[in-house]
Amino acid sequence: MSNSSKKQHWWNNAQHRSLFFQIVLVVMLVGIVWFIASNTMGNLEKRGISTGFGFLSLKAGFGILQSLIAYDESYSFGRTFFVGLLNTLLVSALGIIVATVIGFVVGVARLSNNWLISKLAAVYIETFRNVPLLLQIFFWYFAVLRTLPSPRESWSAGESAFLNIRGLYLPQPVPEPGFSAVTWTFFLGVAVTIAIGIWARKRQNETGKQFNLLGLGFAFIAVFPLTVFFIAGSPLSWDIPKLQGFNFKGGMTIVPELTALLTALSVYTGAFIAEVVRSGILSVNPGQTEAASALGLHKSKVLKLVVIPQAMRVIIPQLTSQYLNLVKNSSLATAIGYPDLVSVFAGTTLNQTGQAIEIIAMTMSVYLFISLSISAIMNWYNKKIMIVER
Amino acid sequence: MAVLITSPSPSLPPPASSVGVVGWLRANLFSSVLNSVFSLIGLFIIYKTVPAAINWAFIQADWVGTTRDACTSDGACWVFVGVRINQFLFGFYPPSEYWRVVTAFSLIGILVAWLLVERTPKKGLVGIFTIFCYPVIAYFLFYGGAFGLPAVETHKWGGLMLTLILATTGMFFSFPIGIILALGRRSSMPVAKSISVVFIEFWRGVPLITVLFMSSVMLPMFIPENMQIDKLLRAMIGIIFFQSAYMAEVVRGGLQAIPKGQYEAAEALGLSYWKSMFFIILPQALKMVIPGIVNTFIALFKDTTLVLIIGLFDLLAVVQAAFADPKWLGFSVEGYVFVASVYWVSCFSMSRYSQYLEKKLNTGHAR
Repeated sequence: MSNSSKKQHWWNNAQHRSLFFQIVLVVMLVGIVWFIASNTMGNLEKRGISTGFGFLSLKAGFGILQSLIAYDESYSFGRTFFVGLLNTLLVSALGIIVATVIGFVVGVARLSNNWLISKLAAVYIETFRNVPLLLQIFFWYFAVLRTLPSPRESWSAGESAFLNIRGLYLPQPVPEPGFSAVTWTFFLGVAVTIAIGIWARKRQNETGKQFNLLGLGFAFIAVFPLTVFFIAGSPLSWDIPKLQGFNFKGGMTIVPELTALLTALSVYTGAFIAEVVRSGILSVNPGQTEAASALGLHKSKVLKLVVIPQAMRVIIPQLTSQYLNLVKNSSLATAIGYPDLVSVFAGTTLNQTGQAIEIIAMTMSVYLFISLSISAIMNWYNKKIMIVER
Repeated sequence: MAVLITSPSPSLPPPASSVGVVGWLRANLFSSVLNSVFSLIGLFIIYKTVPAAINWAFIQADWVGTTRDACTSDGACWVFVGVRINQFLFGFYPPSEYWRVVTAFSLIGILVAWLLVERTPKKGLVGIFTIFCYPVIAYFLFYGGAFGLPAVETHKWGGLMLTLILATTGMFFSFPIGIILALGRRSSMPVAKSISVVFIEFWRGVPLITVLFMSSVMLPMFIPENMQIDKLLRAMIGIIFFQSAYMAEVVRGGLQAIPKGQYEAAEALGLSYWKSMFFIILPQALKMVIPGIVNTFIALFKDTTLVLIIGLFDLLAVVQAAFADPKWLGFSVEGYVFVASVYWVSCFSMSRYSQYLEKKLNTGHAR
C-alpha cells in the first residue's frame, strides 16, 4: 500500500474515487431535494394552500357508499382515511381468500392427467392473465352487474336474500345476549387447536410419530362452539331485508362495486396464483416422489410429507408477491367508485381540501408500509427455510 | 406328431381399448370414476359456453353497416367497433395526419423485427439507429411542429396509439435507468447502494395509480411555476420511474446469476469497473434476463390502461367513452371484447415469445 500509493496519482486510488463519487451523489441528491422543496413552498404560497395535517380534523361533509365503521357527513376528514383504509383491507382480505382458492384449484387442475380439465385450466389462466385488470373490472361492473334487474324485480332466494342492480341484500345475523359465550368458545377452540398443532409438530420432529389434527381441530373449532350455541338456546336472530319504497331496508348490503372489484381481483390474481402453484409442484424433483414411494409411503402421505413441504418453499414467496400485487391492485377501485383508500382519501378528500402533498404522502405510506412489512416477513421466512435446505 | 415352431408367432395387435381414439379417451379422460365425472363436467361447461359464444361473436353477428339499424340479429354488433375504429386506433388525431402515426409505428416495427430476427446483417448499426435516431424521428412524426408537419397537441392523442406510445417510451427510458439502479444496488459504495435501494423499494411498494395521481397532482408543485409540463409527459415520467424500479430488480436477478469468477476474471485482466460491466458482465446478465424483461413489458403494457383514471384517453378510455354515445347505447360487451382481444393477442404472443427465448437462451447456464 505505502509503496504503490506513492507512485499512484491520488485520483487513481479506488478509495478516493469512490469517496469523490459518493460526495457528488450526496450533493446532487441534496440539490434535487432543495430544488423540489423550494419550488413546492413557493407554489403553495402562491396558491394560498396552507401546509400541515390540520385539515384532518375538519368536517368532511360528504357521504361514503360503504363503511365498516360508523360514518356520516358530520365526521372528520381523518375519519375518511380510516373508512377508506378499512374498505381497502376488506376487499384485499376477501380477494386474497377467493384468489387463493381459485389459484390452488386451477393450478392443480392444470397438472391433472385429465386432458380436458388440464386444457380448461390452461384456457382460464391464459385468458385472464393476458387481459388488463382494469378492463376486467369494467367488464364485471358495467357489462355484467348493470344488467341486473331493478329493486322491484329483484331476484330473490327464499324471500330473505335479494339480488338487484343496487347490490346483494342478505339477512344480517344479530347476536343476542349470551352469544358472546359462543364466540369465546370458538376462539378458545382455535387457540387449543394451535397449541395441539405445535405440540404435534414438536413430537413429530423428535419421535417421527404423526398426529391427525384434522378431526380434533374440527371438534374444537366447529363442534364445541355449535354445542354451546344450542345449549345457550340459539342466541341469534336475523335482520331480513325488506322492500320499502324504491329500495331495500335492513339486512346486510353488498354493493355491486365491491362484487365487481372482488370478482375481477380474485379471477385475475387467481390465474397468476395457479401458475405459481403449478411451477411450485413441478419444481419438486420427480426423484423425491419416487424415493418416497420406494420407502413404502402411501400416495396421500407422499403428497403430504414429501411433495407439498418442498413445493411450498417455492410457492410461498411467489404467493406473497401475488398477494401484495392484489393489495396494490385493489386501488383500481377508484375507477368504478368503490370507496377504497385511493378513491375516498386520494380522490374525494383531496378534491375537497386541496392538500395534495399530505394526502398523497399518507396514501403512499400506507401501501409502502404494507409492502415493506410483508417483504420483511418474507425475507425472514426465506432465511428460516433456507437453513433446512441441504 | 410334434410340431416344431422355429420363429416366434407374430405379436397380437394391442387391445382396441388401449389404442386409437378409444384408447386416448380412456387414458386421458376416463381413467377413473372421479376423472370421468370431471370430464363430463368439463364437457358440459364447453357445451354450454363455446357454441353460444361462437354463435354470438361470429354466426349471428352483424359485420357491415354504418348505423345502429344495421344490427338486426341477436349476435354481436361489430358495426359499433367498425364505425369507430379510427377513433379507437388514433383517438382525436386529425385524420389527414394518420399517415404519420402509421409511418412511425411501421418504422419501429421494422427496426425491432430487424433486431429480433436471426441472421439479419448490421444489427449493431440498426441498434444504434433505433436507440439514438428513432426517438427523434418518432417525436417529430407524432408531435410535428417542424419540417412542414403541423403540430398535433398531445390532448388529441388517444386510442391504441397512445397505449403503444406510453408502453414503448416507458420501456425505452426505464431500461437504462433500471440498469444503473441495479448496478447501484450491487455497488460497494454505501451512498449509491442506499439511494438505489430506497428508490427501488419506494416505487415497487406503491400502486401505479398513486404514482399517476402523484405525477398529475404533485409534480406541478415540484417545478417552477413558469415551467408547467404537459399532462401526457407527467404521466410518462411517473410510468418511467415506476417501471425502472421493476426493471432494476429484473436486471439485478441477472447480475446475481453471473458466476463470481466472471467478475474476478474481468478484474484480473485489469479492466476498470465500467469496462468490466459493459464488456463482460452486462452482456451476459442482460442476455439471461431477456424473458424477464419481456414479462415486465407485458405488465407495463397492461398497466397503461390505468392512465384513464387521470384523464388520458388510451384504448380502453376511448372505448369506454364511446359507450356514452346516445346513438350507440348498450354495446359495451362488444367494446370490451374488442379491447380485450387486442390486449390478449399482444400479451399472449409476447409471453409465448419470451418462453421461446427462454428455451433458446437456456444453453450454457443451465446445469
